[in-house]
Amino acid sequence: MMIPACRLADLPRGEAFRLDVDPPVSVFHTDDGEVFAIDDTCTHQDASLADGWLEGCEVECPLHASKFDLRTGAVDSPPAKLPVRTHEVVVENDMIYVRLSTEAPNLPPCISARLAGGPA
Amino acid sequence: MRSVAVVGASLAGLSAARSLRKQGFDGRLVVIGDEPHRPYDRPPLSKEFLSGALGEADLALEAEGEDLAAEWLLGTRATGLDHTTRSVRLADGREVRADGFVIATGAVARALPGSAGLAGVHTLRTLDDARALRDELAGGGRLVVIGGGFIGAEVASTAYALGLDVTVVEAAPTPLAGPLGAAMGAIVSGLHTDHGVRLLCGVGVKGLGGEHRVDAVLLEDGRSVPADIVVVGVGARPCVEWLEGSGIALDNGVKCGADGRTSLAGVVAVGDCANWYDPRAGHHRRVEHWTGARERPEAAVATLLAGGAVEPGVPRPPYFWSDQYGVRIQFAGHAAEADSITVEAGAAGDRDVLAVYRRDGRPVAVLGMNQPRLFMRARKQLAATTS
Ligand SMILES: Cc1cc2nc3c(=O)[nH]c(=O)nc-3n(C[C@H](O)[C@H](O)[C@H](O)COP(=O)(O)OP(=O)(O)OC[C@H]3O[C@@H](n4cnc5c(N)ncnc54)[C@H](O)[C@@H]3O)c2cc1C
Ligand code: FES
Repeated sequence: MMIPACRLADLPRGEAFRLDVDPPVSVFHTDDGEVFAIDDTCTHQDASLADGWLEGCEVECPLHASKFDLRTGAVDSPPAKLPVRTHEVVVENDMIYVRLSTEAPNLPPCISARLAGGPA
Repeated sequence: MRSVAVVGASLAGLSAARSLRKQGFDGRLVVIGDEPHRPYDRPPLSKEFLSGALGEADLALEAEGEDLAAEWLLGTRATGLDHTTRSVRLADGREVRADGFVIATGAVARALPGSAGLAGVHTLRTLDDARALRDELAGGGRLVVIGGGFIGAEVASTAYALGLDVTVVEAAPTPLAGPLGAAMGAIVSGLHTDHGVRLLCGVGVKGLGGEHRVDAVLLEDGRSVPADIVVVGVGARPCVEWLEGSGIALDNGVKCGADGRTSLAGVVAVGDCANWYDPRAGHHRRVEHWTGARERPEAAVATLLAGGAVEPGVPRPPYFWSDQYGVRIQFAGHAAEADSITVEAGAAGDRDVLAVYRRDGRPVAVLGMNQPRLFMRARKQLAATTS
């Protein structure tokens, strides 16, 4: 499924936008000007990666500092052990669209306690 | 360097082993640990594991199928380091020779003098401790937690959620004043009273009551608090006795430089047992936090492999988190350096706060309660202004 996320012009470099689909997806605009979309929820516990520390093509989880590669979804170190899904991004007429992956997401065990949170 | 022995098989030891392989070390790698378990994660022991939300398999730190091509000597304790023969002695009489050593033996929970052999009294550091405590909490009853620090507070919060009647006893006038400062320590420890958990402050513990099983905590002011279960959460001390006589400099743990090097060539120390030099502060600090034990080994291993020829980068300000009563607490930096604290977002009374600690107007620390996004921003700024 192809979902419009936000205008590229509204998403400065170094920032992230959280898309309120279920489970949520975040769109990152890197300092180098690339745009990536990955699952927003860390695979370790209930944290939003859109709140994380973006550096290059990696985002560091805001809670326990596992880093996820935006290109592959791979995780570099504990405590998270599973990758996040990546989603295809299309930019057309300055609009960012996300094509959701059809794979099953790797959600953390305690996701039921999800904190309420709006888009970034 | 053809062989490295890592002593301590927990977070810092595993992170060192991983960094060694990542940085191209392809020689013999031996990891020695006195617990029988593969490396596991401690933070959940006072939180989700204690409550039953996570099981033992969830605690594993290694990824599935991860293979560092290491020899794991588990369930065996190192008893000495001989620098002249470059070997570690093990309790079972074996010796491990190596060119380089990583000391990662962590810390052990402090016990209360006179509590040995009294049933119902627990400390919490290891998986085995947590299993025992979890089984006892399942029976319910009155829990008294001695010590209002982070581990004590987390145990109180978890036990409260399990339906126990909980009292926390803290010798200092304000819990957490050491790590957070008195004002913020009072706000965070206010979570106890918010939830009807009794908090007795400014009073020391004289001893424990009971014959074979604990039945009360006796306070210095003469009061006696009835108890079915007692958790002693009065801090931890670095596990370095095994290094005495080895010639390595010890001072509140293994004394080391900003890059992890110790006073002995070819030996570095990481994690809770290591008293690192902090170039920003100009003195040594031993930091007992997860993130440091995870990140610092990278620098220490680089030092080891380069024979001490690398310039250490300035590490990020120390960071830790705690989860209590459903509130996410995050802290970075050093509270003790601050001359002012301002609440920049949220309200202290609502326990959702972002507070910035400053010295001469410059941020030196930041505290967040349920503010992960703002906290991360502030933490980035802190790292930028203090590096
Ligand atoms: C219950 C609990 C909750 C925590 N929660 C948080 C939290 O929320 N946030 C946070 O930031 N930090 C938290 N921490 C702290 C964090 O877990 C530690 O900072 C981290 O575990 C330190 O890792 P380490 O490898 O240096 O030491 P340790 O984890 O202590 O590991 C050292 C290992 O070395 C072994 N060892 C010791 N002596 C010898 C010897 N002579 N020979 C062989 N092996 C030896 C020990 O058995 C142990 O397995 C918590 C700690 C505990 C106990
Ligand atoms: S919640 Fe992301 S690393 Fe723990």
